[in-house]
Amino acid sequence: MTPFQYERAATAPDAVRMASNSASAKYLGGGTNLVDLMRETIETPERLVDVSGLSRTIETRPDGSLLIGAAATNTALASDLTVRRDFPLLARAILAGASGQIRNMATVGGNILQRTRCAYFYDDAARCNKREPGAGCDALDGFNRIHAILGASPACVATHPSDMCVALVALDAVVHLEGANGTRRIPLADLHRLPEGRPDIETVLQPHELITAVEIPALSFARRSTYRKVRDRASYAFALVSVGAALDLSEDGSVRDIRLALGGVAHKPWRALKAEDALRGQPATEANFRAAAEAELTDAAPLRDNAFKVELARRTITAVLSELKGDAA
Amino acid sequence: MRFTINDKPVEAEFDPRTSLLDLLRDHLGLTGSKKGCNQGACGACTVLVDGERINSCLALAVQYQGRAITTVEGLGQTGSLHPLQQAFVEHDGFQCGYCTPGQLCSAIGMAGEAARGVPSVVTADLGDETVTLSHDELRERMSGNLCRCGAYNGIIDAITETFAADGSQKGDAGARKAA
Repeated sequence: MTPFQYERAATAPDAVRMASNSASAKYLGGGTNLVDLMRETIETPERLVDVSGLSRTIETRPDGSLLIGAAATNTALASDLTVRRDFPLLARAILAGASGQIRNMATVGGNILQRTRCAYFYDDAARCNKREPGAGCDALDGFNRIHAILGASPACVATHPSDMCVALVALDAVVHLEGANGTRRIPLADLHRLPEGRPDIETVLQPHELITAVEIPALSFARRSTYRKVRDRASYAFALVSVGAALDLSEDGSVRDIRLALGGVAHKPWRALKAEDALRGQPATEANFRAAAEAELTDAAPLRDNAFKVELARRTITAVLSELKGDAA
Repeated sequence: MRFTINDKPVEAEFDPRTSLLDLLRDHLGLTGSKKGCNQGACGACTVLVDGERINSCLALAVQYQGRAITTVEGLGQTGSLHPLQQAFVEHDGFQCGYCTPGQLCSAIGMAGEAARGVPSVVTADLGDETVTLSHDELRERMSGNLCRCGAYNGIIDAITETFAADGSQKGDAGARKAA
């Protein structure tokens, strides 16, 4: 680990001010990813600004929306009774991630900004465009079983590892930011970038811009929602494929509205808009669920070792929607 | 910088790069907490901070100033073991013992979470505020602690006896003591 100065911020503007004095400054939440990356010298900040003492309030607003302080821990958010009742896919997604210890440490802001677990990104003997722009990508022709099938580029095939973000992107979450030029809000769907030619630039955040809160708009039918994660072992493993979904059925059995997102398949949490569009207004049948999944996966471009993810995603989408409809799956 | 460690006030000066685990082991001589993977994968370093379990290897000590930290050294003493420690002995909850301090702290933190109604991914009804520590719940909730000897069955039996079997009374007492 390279040396750094540690400072603890009392307010969000303080944090931004403290970070702005150093080009390489990083914000520290729970440290579960950043400390590990610093130990591997993948991250070498000269200054750490501790933002774990900023807002961790989980506020239910009169209109049914939620405002979550970015320093709320993963455990706190998944335990919140309103989240469990009104947005069960969010509680289930968080609980599907990491371990009890890590969920107690990890913050909501840090979860959003965690970095890929691509083994080539961590291995300093491997080429990685994300770690060293222009170096090349050893995952592209390497052991790429866990890598992306959607939205990847010749420069990077890594996936975003968060479960929580899959639920948030399905729920149209909005991220509140504090920066040198004031505050702004952007949809979570627009926060993370696809890799294109610059996989080292992972978000649209400005230098030292800080996530202060996450807002989840009210969604009445989110009570009928869930999250399913398929992984190599039953617990404490990253997703091969995950599906977060909320389903609103009309009395005639057709799909009035739907939210669908995928994890483990792309460089960002993947909102499945093509599948949503294919299903709105259609009868909620297994055949239509499968057709919608296929519509989403038309663009899938699997690598040598991960073609199984296309079929796995198709089946998992179909199974999750069948489960939400009330059919055993 | 000041901490409360196992109910005693402690003052220490150290480089900000020091993990909480290294502070405990290398600076304070509390070598009960173990360094397994040093990257949050194995749980051998688990300690309690204000009663909540964390991986001390991923924690920068500087971030935990002023907090109350409990390590395995604070759970029980020779001749007066914590009920969970006694249960680990009775149920063969270890072989080599390297993961045991982390297992103990993790299980006590886990029991506190269950008492507060924190759900898990295998909890069927998220609306249920009462957690029943079934076999499946325990295995899921303890998945952040690896045991390379494979003493899992004994570990689950010991935790069950302490925190789940005869009502939650004994478990609450154990969780309170650690907190």
